Amino acid sequence: MPLSIAQLAVLFALASALAPLPFFRSNRLLKAMAFVLLGFSGLAALIAGGLALFADAPSDLILPIGLPWLHCHLHTDPLAGFFLVIIGLITTVAAVYGSAYVREYENGPQPLAVLTIFTGLFVAGMYLLVLTADAFSFMMAWEVMSVSSYFLVAFQHQQAANRRAAFLYLLMAQVSGLCILLAFGVLAGFGDGFSFQAMAAAPLGSGWATIAFTLAFIGFGIKAGVVPLHVWLPQAHPVAPSHISALMSGVMLKVAIYGFIRFTYGLLGDIHWQWGVPTLIIGSASAILGVLYALMQHDLKRLLAYHSVENIGIIYMGLGLSMLFAGHGLPGLAALGLIAALYHCLNHAIFKSLLFFGAGAILQKSHEHDLERMGGLLRRMPVTAVCFLVGCISISALPPFNGFVSEWLTFQAALQAPALGNGVLDSLIPMAAAVLALTGALAAACFVKVFGVAFLGQPRTRHARKARLAQPRMMFGQGVLAVLCLVLGVLPTWTVSVLDRITRQLLGRGLPEATAHGWLWLTPVATHNASYGAPLVLLGIALAWMLSYLFLHPRRGPRSVRVGPAWDCGFGGLTPRMQYTSTAFTMPIRRIFRPVWPIEEGLEETSAGRRYHLKVGDWAWQTVYQPMGRMLLAAARRVTIIQGGNIRVYLAYSFFTILIMLWWIV
Amino acid sequence: MTAWLVAIIKTGIMVLCAPLLAGWVKWLKCRLQNRQGPPPWQPYRDLLKLFRKDIVVAETASPIFRMAPYIVFSATTLAGSVVPLLMVNLPTSAIADVIVLVGFFALARFFLALAGMDVGTAFGGMGSSREVTVSSLAEPAMLLAVFTLAMTVGSTNLATVITRLAAAPFQLYPSFIFSAMAMLLVALAETGRIPVDNPATHLELTMIHEAMILEYSGRHLALMEWAAMIKLMVYGVLLVNLFLPWGVALSSTPSAIATAIAAATGKLLGLGLVLAAAETGLAKMRLFRVPQFLGLAFILSLIGMLSHVILEVR
Repeated sequence: MPLSIAQLAVLFALASALAPLPFFRSNRLLKAMAFVLLGFSGLAALIAGGLALFADAPSDLILPIGLPWLHCHLHTDPLAGFFLVIIGLITTVAAVYGSAYVREYENGPQPLAVLTIFTGLFVAGMYLLVLTADAFSFMMAWEVMSVSSYFLVAFQHQQAANRRAAFLYLLMAQVSGLCILLAFGVLAGFGDGFSFQAMAAAPLGSGWATIAFTLAFIGFGIKAGVVPLHVWLPQAHPVAPSHISALMSGVMLKVAIYGFIRFTYGLLGDIHWQWGVPTLIIGSASAILGVLYALMQHDLKRLLAYHSVENIGIIYMGLGLSMLFAGHGLPGLAALGLIAALYHCLNHAIFKSLLFFGAGAILQKSHEHDLERMGGLLRRMPVTAVCFLVGCISISALPPFNGFVSEWLTFQAALQAPALGNGVLDSLIPMAAAVLALTGALAAACFVKVFGVAFLGQPRTRHARKARLAQPRMMFGQGVLAVLCLVLGVLPTWTVSVLDRITRQLLGRGLPEATAHGWLWLTPVATHNASYGAPLVLLGIALAWMLSYLFLHPRRGPRSVRVGPAWDCGFGGLTPRMQYTSTAFTMPIRRIFRPVWPIEEGLEETSAGRRYHLKVGDWAWQTVYQPMGRMLLAAARRVTIIQGGNIRVYLAYSFFTILIMLWWIV
Repeated sequence: MTAWLVAIIKTGIMVLCAPLLAGWVKWLKCRLQNRQGPPPWQPYRDLLKLFRKDIVVAETASPIFRMAPYIVFSATTLAGSVVPLLMVNLPTSAIADVIVLVGFFALARFFLALAGMDVGTAFGGMGSSREVTVSSLAEPAMLLAVFTLAMTVGSTNLATVITRLAAAPFQLYPSFIFSAMAMLLVALAETGRIPVDNPATHLELTMIHEAMILEYSGRHLALMEWAAMIKLMVYGVLLVNLFLPWGVALSSTPSAIATAIAAATGKLLGLGLVLAAAETGLAKMRLFRVPQFLGLAFILSLIGMLSHVILEVR
């Protein structure tokens, strides 16, 4: 049952890519067909995922397509179902939002059909990736997803920067695909066949298992955007249209996490605790560096993309803890870490899409993507602002919204470190927890900056002053996600009991303790150990608010609120230019963590007066990407020796090649 | 149900006594500096005065500006309801553990900083920028210090931590000494006391908290000030009850509660004396020295954690 609905979702997505093509001349018809079909495909995926999540037994199907000796295996289980829910949910909302958002591109230089074709293919690729159960179809789906999203990143190809970002994206996607292919190769070499079932049964020595894990870690890590391989991400995600940015940051990164979980927990099976250590360290590094780099950005969409690096880091921390516990034979605590990671996957998909939708609404209504040129948007786009604020609170991990719950669960998993009984790990893991605390606090600082500079204060430019309310469909898309942020934050027990089904599938043990005390209390280990009553927190805040309003609001006497000018120290003439800018806001942090960024700053004397310029780069670009590029070029130059330009030499190459091949065959 | 009622009464005590603690520290500080000083109950008069006053709101302010005082006050009050003051077996302490407590303060700070940015003057932005910088450095130090305690007793629930520490025979843990010192430094930074911030100054070069609430007046200002006093109270109670847990009522007999009241009063008055002495002896730090101060707090809590792992785990 879930599989047939999931196939329907794939078909709808393909239809949304191909069916509207005959009508490419009419933008209205094209838009209507493509987005309605995309929305249906999202709904179908949502339903299929939900059914798979609650199904008692996994379902399998072998389609008669693919290679002659390897038909396409489809499979749904709770893990696949959960990720199908994430993809379906965000796709549905993005279809509603996108149908209004693409108005921007209707009169643009490139036909709208390009956008709708590749969106459909991209979404279909993601569904298939989650559904497939053999390496060949998995790689096909992976490539469909990567290549079609390349065309979406390159959609506005008139700007050279976008073309460069898209090229870098494609390059890194190919490297990641290659690593994953090799990882599957190791498993297929020991097992008999390319289906996941055969691979999971492969008798693997711990050395080969570690090699396969390393390859998968790098391959899926590149796609998920972990430090130091993240550089492509903040370049590629922001240049796509905003609803596609939401799909890429919110969903595609999660699909990479899905691949990593499927490979490690599903195919390798026997988890070594040593694998948890690099996962935890890379996760912590991604979290802290991601947020520090995000703080220095003032392009809103690029800032959000850097925050994806941070959140992927938090997810990896949860996974790393889970692997450490699983390797030590503590399945209950491993389940806690895994649930924290999966919960954060869902939360990040929701609030990151919400924030990208907000950035898109600002972009469409004020044509500004630079924070320094916004300001005062709360009065001009109140609905967008309120939804964006909910997203900001959620991503900053503040109670009672959803981001807090998953980070709290990660903290609780980290605090169980003494159970490992290993002195080094005992001190390493609380350090990771301290890094997580720093990350959360810096994320809150960053979103105070974003919301304060973009939505509060006074407009800094004419464009920002002229911004108007976004279209109803865009606000609806944001509103749905904002409500979900609150619901998932206030009812964590319900979510955890659903995620429990996945850990029971992967680790053979759930986390029944967490929800043992009813829907009010989330108690990950035991009641006296730690508990969080999210609904009561919401109730408490509401109660305190009400009481303070009732008792402290004056009944008698003057109760007027006068409106006057802001305090200007008596000099007068406050202008919007005197407000704190995004660069000024983060100056103290820039000064404290100075060695983290390659910074170029200085004063220029021009005829118009002095100008301050500041350029904050990315350390990974200079220490990882550029040297690798140089090495590749140098190697290529070495190889050119065999390319003499003489036709006789080339003929000799062909001759010897044929000779060797004949020898091989005979 | 009675337990919930008691918990609400306890929260009320926390909220109502907070101005007294702030006034006590101020009075002691004046005494130590050979000044007359306002009486300890002066903050109540100030709050009452502010509640009676009209409000002036800047033209450029948005609804966030008028909502923020209520959110800040509510979140801080909720934090006050979670921390065990006299008794441990209250239902409110199960709502939130110490990580959630830090989350409440972060929520209050988020809206406080947004309110600072809201009017669009340089002062507000300056205050917000400094506040989020200082707190983002203080938060990891605080959590690491608390984690040391949590790992010793195997719980992050404040009531459980205090019960287990108070019930255990007295034992001097080296990790606790370092953690207590780290917590004290963090508490100074988080509640905006000297040497990080000066609650008595209005000089734009130095102020943090005051810069953010510069535009507030009337009852909005009163709520903000009161919330700051509750925050001081919560940190004070946290410090004395976590590191000197003796006297907290483990049962609800009248004599235990009477002891608890006496002990809590004594400990908090003593803490006020320490605070006043420190504020008299120390000078306000330059803003860019604050990271070193908080770095020290972080190093102390790290040493606490390491000495726990190396010396105390059997």
